[in-house]
Amino acid sequence: MDRIAQAFARAGAQNRAAFVAYLCAGDPDFDTSLAACRTVLACGVDLLELGVPFSDPLADGLTNQLAAQRALAAGMTCARVFELVRALRSDHPDTPIVFYTYYNLVFTHGVDAYVRAARAAGVDGLLTLDLPPEEAGEVLAAGQAHDLKTVFIVAPTTPDSRIPKITAAATGFIYYVSREGVTGVRAEMAGGIPEAVTRIRAHTTLPVVVGFGISRREQVSQVARSADGVVVGSALVNCIQENLGHPARMAARLGAVASDLAAGTAR
Amino acid sequence: MGAAAKTAEPLDRFSLPDAAGHFGPYGGVFVPETLMTALEELGAAYAASKADPAFQTELRQQLRDYAGRPTPLYFAEQLTRHCGGARIYLKREDLLHTGAHKINNALGQALLARRMGKRRIIAETGAGQHGVATAAVCAKFGFECVIYMGAVDMERQALNVFRMRLMGAEVRGVEAGQKTLKEAINEAMRDWVTNVRTTHYILGTAYGAHPYPMMVRDFHRVIGLEAREQILAQEKRLPDELISCVGGGSNAIGLFFEFLEDLAVRLVGVEAGGRGIRPGEHAARFAGGRLGVLQGCKTFLLQNADGQIDQTHSVSAGLDYAAVGPEHAFYRDRGRIEFEYATDDEVLEVFRLCSRLEGIIPALESTHALAYAMKRARELGPDRVIVVNLSGRGDKDVQQVERMLKKQT
Repeated sequence: MDRIAQAFARAGAQNRAAFVAYLCAGDPDFDTSLAACRTVLACGVDLLELGVPFSDPLADGLTNQLAAQRALAAGMTCARVFELVRALRSDHPDTPIVFYTYYNLVFTHGVDAYVRAARAAGVDGLLTLDLPPEEAGEVLAAGQAHDLKTVFIVAPTTPDSRIPKITAAATGFIYYVSREGVTGVRAEMAGGIPEAVTRIRAHTTLPVVVGFGISRREQVSQVARSADGVVVGSALVNCIQENLGHPARMAARLGAVASDLAAGTAR
Repeated sequence: MGAAAKTAEPLDRFSLPDAAGHFGPYGGVFVPETLMTALEELGAAYAASKADPAFQTELRQQLRDYAGRPTPLYFAEQLTRHCGGARIYLKREDLLHTGAHKINNALGQALLARRMGKRRIIAETGAGQHGVATAAVCAKFGFECVIYMGAVDMERQALNVFRMRLMGAEVRGVEAGQKTLKEAINEAMRDWVTNVRTTHYILGTAYGAHPYPMMVRDFHRVIGLEAREQILAQEKRLPDELISCVGGGSNAIGLFFEFLEDLAVRLVGVEAGGRGIRPGEHAARFAGGRLGVLQGCKTFLLQNADGQIDQTHSVSAGLDYAAVGPEHAFYRDRGRIEFEYATDDEVLEVFRLCSRLEGIIPALESTHALAYAMKRARELGPDRVIVVNLSGRGDKDVQQVERMLKKQT
């Protein structure tokens, strides 16, 4: 079994949903970002979703936009993102790491070369926000050739008739975005999540994770009842943003928030 | 003549894009999943409207009575005399209601939105011309209207901001990145992803995910259809060259489309050379860009080695954009559309010259086409004919130019 499947199996065996944490690679700089990743990984995270900073993140809300800006301003590049993954791999050999990225960052290096390099650095999966299955031929082929898993999104606006096309393209897991909109903290949970997860499961045996707008422990608990995994991003990125220049406070806050959210995954 | 195509394949202008929105290796649909169904529905609604005589009749009437079509094809006698070469004609899209060709597309998409039952409209704008056109049609059809505009552009096009607000639009300033057109599009896409069930996005140029590049092109085809008839009536022959400025490329493809298969007619798109072809100093995608994917489609982009999108610069907000419409990229590969650029300095000089000689104040965007056309006219004999798309008027630019000229002296 690959690292992604193992992580979901482990969580399932413990009767809980997997905790998927999103952080932006290199936010606010390489060293702090590496420390932040290690902090959350020590607090019950099952799968790390690493945002690759892009100049034009059109699916992201303000929190993640600012994180990407900080990372790019601090000199984050494709090569440095791979370096970050290699550094994390040295002390977390079993935790799956999935890139959350935009297609130009993959395409510009040549899809096959990029996927091979990502796999070699220790990346397990690729979620490309602006790449629907219809345009993903090259990524699917490269993923298969180099054993990098693909992750695709189902949205509330996705009709049933489209779901098989998406599940057929995915090899890692399915990401259900719980609401129309961009990433970010929301006070209220979107409705219809259990029904959506059931609709997706009718077409695939892959794990289904739910994200977008989930930031509190009770929201995690609610989603964990129906989904295989729960993604929290902006709530963690906020811990970085609110403690810039205070590494000890940042780590303490990140650790506390991650532990609290992780505790919400129990069913 | 640069008319020899690089490929022997016969050119069929109606064969593109394919059903998935591809112009050869360019175009396509690169958007978040949330938008996929909306784009499919838009494509279907557009196809139905295209085949619906009642829709086409209403569009024609609105273009005539509200927008002011047809626009004249004007022989610019003074500019021609000044250059002492080819005869220069101006396609007067600047005379349209709201001041530029943008109204052709805004009207078309507004009728489409009404047909789809969407009563909230969003749009991006750079120079403000598309925003003004969209605000106007929203006022007319009673739609809620939100326009996204970079904070830098709001400052350099303050007059257009006021016009939009006067017509009832909400103008939202965008503070991200370099605060120009690209960031406005990002923000409009974020709004659309959030409100897709109730909202139609009137994208303002022949760019983005399918069906936009095709649909926007089609709404502007009227420019070339008219120009063709007019030049045949006035000169009794086809022109030697057509010249248009290219930001996303909507006015250019609108003029060029009806001439694509007339291989003897040279087609030239003029990009923004800014302060010169150095990273961050210009917006000439074919001079400094390479293949990439941005804001919905695959095309030529100004980007760094890592795929981050470069900053751009142009004196004209409407051309200040890092990517170019996919159909232009396709026809450039075929050698059918050629690309040149004009620098800020050249544009400022011609802006003044055209105002003085013809009594026509051109938009800074359109002035790029004019600057190259004047250069080209000097190279060609008086028996040659050039048609320039004067895509917009320069009223919006006079304050900015006044400031720049003061700085120069």
